[in-house]
Amino acid sequence: MMQTLATWTRPAISRPLTTLGVIFLLTVVVFAAFSPWIAPYAPDQIDPANRLLPPGGAHLLGTDHFGRDTFSRLVYGARLALLIGIGVVGFALASGVPIGILSALYPALGRVLMRMVDVLMSFPSLLLALGLIVILGQGVFNAILAIGLIYLTTTARIVYGVALRLRAEPYVEAARSAGAGTWWIITRHILPNMISPLLVQASFVFAFAQLGAASLDFLGLGAPPDIPSWGNMLAESRIYITRASWLLLWPGLMIVLTAFSLNLVGDAIRDRMDPRFREMVGR
Amino acid sequence: MLNVDNIVVSVRNGPDIVRGVSFRIEPGEILGLVGESGSGKSMTSLALMGLLPPALHLSAGSITQDGADVTHLAPHERVRRKCGKMAMVFQEPMTSLNPVLRIAEQIEEAVRVHDPDTDASPRARELLDMVRIPDTAHQMRSFPHELSGGMRQRVMIAIALACRPQVLIADEPTTALDVTVQLQVLGLIRDLCNRLDMGVLFITHDLGVVAQLADRVAVMYAGSLVENADVEPLFRAPLHPYTGALMACLPNPESDDAVMATISGSAPRPGAIPPGCPFSPRCSRAQQPCLSGPVPCARGVAGQTAMCHFPLNESVLA
Amino acid sequence: MGRYFLRRTGAAIITLIAASIIIFGFIHLIPGDPIYVMLGDGATPEQVALLRNRMGLDEPLVVQYMIWAGNALQGDLGQSIFFDTPVTQVIKEGAETSILLATITMVWIILFGVPVGILSAIRQGTWIDQGLSGLAMLLASVPTFWVGLYLILIFAAGLGWFPSSGFPSIFEEGGLSNLRYLILPSLALAAPNAALILRLTRASMLDVAREDYVRTARAKGIRPYRVVLRHILRNALLAVVSAFGFTFAALISEAVVTETVFALPGIGRTVVQSILRRDYPVIQGVILVTVCLYLVINLLVDLSYRLLDPRVELE
Repeated sequence: MMQTLATWTRPAISRPLTTLGVIFLLTVVVFAAFSPWIAPYAPDQIDPANRLLPPGGAHLLGTDHFGRDTFSRLVYGARLALLIGIGVVGFALASGVPIGILSALYPALGRVLMRMVDVLMSFPSLLLALGLIVILGQGVFNAILAIGLIYLTTTARIVYGVALRLRAEPYVEAARSAGAGTWWIITRHILPNMISPLLVQASFVFAFAQLGAASLDFLGLGAPPDIPSWGNMLAESRIYITRASWLLLWPGLMIVLTAFSLNLVGDAIRDRMDPRFREMVGR
Repeated sequence: MLNVDNIVVSVRNGPDIVRGVSFRIEPGEILGLVGESGSGKSMTSLALMGLLPPALHLSAGSITQDGADVTHLAPHERVRRKCGKMAMVFQEPMTSLNPVLRIAEQIEEAVRVHDPDTDASPRARELLDMVRIPDTAHQMRSFPHELSGGMRQRVMIAIALACRPQVLIADEPTTALDVTVQLQVLGLIRDLCNRLDMGVLFITHDLGVVAQLADRVAVMYAGSLVENADVEPLFRAPLHPYTGALMACLPNPESDDAVMATISGSAPRPGAIPPGCPFSPRCSRAQQPCLSGPVPCARGVAGQTAMCHFPLNESVLA
Repeated sequence: MGRYFLRRTGAAIITLIAASIIIFGFIHLIPGDPIYVMLGDGATPEQVALLRNRMGLDEPLVVQYMIWAGNALQGDLGQSIFFDTPVTQVIKEGAETSILLATITMVWIILFGVPVGILSAIRQGTWIDQGLSGLAMLLASVPTFWVGLYLILIFAAGLGWFPSSGFPSIFEEGGLSNLRYLILPSLALAAPNAALILRLTRASMLDVAREDYVRTARAKGIRPYRVVLRHILRNALLAVVSAFGFTFAALISEAVVTETVFALPGIGRTVVQSILRRDYPVIQGVILVTVCLYLVINLLVDLSYRLLDPRVELE
């Protein structure tokens, strides 16, 4: 236990930036979990007398064109950011991992499945997401599916690569020739050895999901406009940027810092990974 | 003449991998450096060339060539000096040539580093002739992947010869090759050594190759030299028990013994080398004095030296 | 080489067919009758019948696909419902902007990503490397539209150095000087992609630096900067150049957001507007064309990579 603790605290000391990133992510989590207690106003509380107020005074970070409190909306926006991140990562892993592993274990099935992944990958990622939005319609859940579909492909590819190499490892070969069942091999040999690469992939997907969701919001094809998401806040403030440039700053910073922190965490995990897997993930 | 004096190679902020190695190489002689993998022989050779990987450094000792100190010079600084030079041939001929450059370009490049003013092309052809590559004109235009392993190793030797080295370092140059090709390359090295009056440091784990090729032998174990001798006295009567054990492992054509001897246990890792004689845990002759304190040097009549308390073949001791 | 070319081309064609089935099928996956969705609820039965007939929706699916794919092969991607012009015409109108934008963006990416990646690799482990790697990660974490909005705020609205939106064709009045309209959009679009190329260049340089043949080059006594230029860089760039292809293809679609921010008349903005207008033939057409483009670029990159790397002749 002490040893595991040491392996996790040592990088914190040697990587101050990553530590700051983790602290920021924890802040986002706290914002999301305790929004009503942290936010001084309701996110949708309109105050026409106090429109486009600069930061300071009763409104810490100013107000938007409806007089809504920017800080409160940022705090509530953390909820959607986490929801999107967890949803996309969950979808990408829940679909990509089985596809990758089954493809590696059953080459005939793998040829078909990986070919399909190739086909999906030939679609430019944003157009793929937009196409899905057209079919499913606009909404938070559909945005999660659309972005998740993009990362289904990369996750399946990575899992496939790692699983193929693991399958060729002598101890897995030995287990197979000793008559171990497929399920046993997957749960005992493949999944445990895939945790580090999957953690890395998860943190990167989480980061890029933030950017993807923000883009969809900005295009007006993501979360419905009444939901206080950081992307929606940017989209709405667009026409006021010359009059109230701070409206552009705060939600943008939240998105950037969230994605940046997740990238830092992913990088830190990758650097701590077994060098063999670093080679396999190959990033 | 190359003189290596007590060099130590260490992992940065870590253990020593080469622990005080000294030897000298005269022109026209082949010194065989023998040891198991991990004994530090490759790192010794890279230290001589100034090619240690970034994680390692030469922390003590000196390397002098023709009396001039070259210990801390980078390879590109050495080649541009006027006195004797070193060149090296590596173990892996398959990966040691640049895949996207033609053979001619790779040899001419080495020629031009040495003398920038000459026309590199005839000299490159001459070098390929020296290493007995047939159909030079055709081979010059080839890419490395079009050549066999043996041919590639000859090209590597030609590149090494480009700077007219006084000492050629060859790190297991034949290990990756077929047996017949091995013999040809070994013959070539012997021949070049005689013809060019060039010293050779030949690194190998194979005592059989050393017996064929070397004039003198240095046996390395766990980062130290344990025995130094001319090749004949060594094979007649080794002093160090480790050398004796290595010889016992050689396949003996005169005996029908199907079972080959092995040395029990395994070589210690750097950082976990026992005090006293490093071989003591695996040595059948080890006694109390071997387990701690400095190890004395035993001398044989033919100039052999061995770091051992209780050497073999007491009859040849001086 | 010839057989490799055939095999690779064959694989690309199969992928294209599969992709085209998905693109074709997409209109049928939309819940409800696509005709009503497109025309709105106020459509008259005559209008519905006309469009249904024009789009061939009365035929069985397989026949519909064959007709659609056959027309596409002949360069007919159908008719835009909103503009009532051929889809190819709509795409052609956006193509100039999109291609110029992607090209200028590519120039920024190469000018910034490659040299900085090389610098980072040469100074591996120093504060310069750490700083540049951190910068790359930061750039990769920034939404392009946010960068775009700030560029507008500072360089268009504030300093007035560049126009903030629109793009008149270079064939109209102003000529090549109209490219100044694309400076800010291309910078915004370049930011995250340059970061990726930077990281790739760095990683590729460090991979090659570990190769045995680089040690050979150093052993020859070649000066360190020459080892970097001639032996490391040349081999490392093989991998980087192949990424240029993907990046260029990806830019066409990533430009969707940038074109919206800067109100550029490109293909990307057309897609977004077509989604909002439910102009499905245009969406289908654009996606089909970009997938084609992606596959062709990929194929070319792959083949040129093989040509550049002499090892492949043996295969």
